[in-house]
Amino acid sequence: MIKVYLSNLFRFFFLILLQVLILNNIGLYNMVNPYLYVMFILLLPLETPLYLLLGLSFAMGLSIDIFSNTGGMHAAACTLMAFVRPLVLLIITPRGGYEHQPVPSLRNMGIQWFLTYSVILVLVHHLLLFQLEVFRVNEFLITFTRSILSSIFTLVLIFIAQYLTGSSKKRI
Amino acid sequence: MRNLWLFFLRYYAFFLFLILEAFAIVLMINNNSYHSASYFNSANNISADVFAYVSNAKSFVNLQTVNDSLSKENARLLNLLLSSPYSNGVKKITKSDSSTLRRYSYIEAKVMNNSVHNRNNYLTLDRGSLQGVKPKMGVICGNGIVGTVKDVNEHFCTVISFLHKDSRISARLSATKDFGSLVWDGENPRFASLKDIPTHVKVKLGDSVTTTGYSQKFPENIFVGRVVRCELKSGDNFYNIEVALSTHFSTLRYVYIVEDNFAKELADLESKEVGND
Repeated sequence: MIKVYLSNLFRFFFLILLQVLILNNIGLYNMVNPYLYVMFILLLPLETPLYLLLGLSFAMGLSIDIFSNTGGMHAAACTLMAFVRPLVLLIITPRGGYEHQPVPSLRNMGIQWFLTYSVILVLVHHLLLFQLEVFRVNEFLITFTRSILSSIFTLVLIFIAQYLTGSSKKRI
Repeated sequence: MRNLWLFFLRYYAFFLFLILEAFAIVLMINNNSYHSASYFNSANNISADVFAYVSNAKSFVNLQTVNDSLSKENARLLNLLLSSPYSNGVKKITKSDSSTLRRYSYIEAKVMNNSVHNRNNYLTLDRGSLQGVKPKMGVICGNGIVGTVKDVNEHFCTVISFLHKDSRISARLSATKDFGSLVWDGENPRFASLKDIPTHVKVKLGDSVTTTGYSQKFPENIFVGRVVRCELKSGDNFYNIEVALSTHFSTLRYVYIVEDNFAKELADLESKEVGND
């Protein structure tokens, strides 16, 4: 159990630093910005109580906000993503249920399940985030395109990270 | 009453979600104002320390280019000195005190953090209230404008970059002296567009665009960029002018914060005008 806490704590701080120091400086033609830090919310253990899920996601978003001067934009998007997560988990329950799987990772759940899961949640997060950033009706379409393209980039990074980390099924 | 508590308890996740979301939105709205004394920005202790550490490492790698740009700027400033042009006159130049009141003073600062890829970009500088930085001061660099100071801390300040959806700078064409406002449309950090230039003006491609000094943030005649494209859509009363910015936002290392010594005087006077109307 202590291993679960430690690995999530480590992931929390590692993803914040990775996001603020490296990924925030990456962008293509002002259209694509990757936000890999949402992987933390994707990979929280399945039995995480709701209040902890919401609280941790909010803290994650606020930390990113503090470093990138964005007020509460990321916090708002992350909280929505955390709120939607249990619903998505409910909708795409695999046939056997979640009983033997502590963590919804690519290795544990298989590529098809993980793809659906991450696509829905990353899209929810990015769509809200980019609209909050611009907050203007007459730039709606360009913002929409930006959020779709950025989601694709984020998802590619999440899959690369998933393939690179974790060597065995036992990893949490 | 008991049922009410049970109701709250049953749907506590939803209410917690609402509370957190409301808190986030409030933070976001506060972030748009200048005087927010908030702790949730990159000028606070922890994040400023992290950025200072990284910035030190980066500045070592960039020494060469920084030296080059500084020596270029020194050469430009030396050319402006009264002593550099050869003068035929025999009269000595004397400065009387009252005629040389200094309007602008500059505080040099180092960029700790910078972004160019978002729709709204911000910078963090290593100068704060101890050095006399106040919100709403302008920020320029050796070859152009940078932005406006937003939040100030003891040792650090955050700056709204010109690359921001709410940035508007009063600028004019050097050839005809017509002024308009310069805004960034979010697509390319190297280009901005100059609005509100009426169609009777003859716009030359390659003409330089400079600041007007109307806004108190920037002194007059600071070079901003050059006109690269000028279009007129049928039915429009104003040109659509694209300006190539002279500031290289992605390589900014050292900038100057502009302090207008007459800012208060001017603001008082202008608020009086509005009051009498």
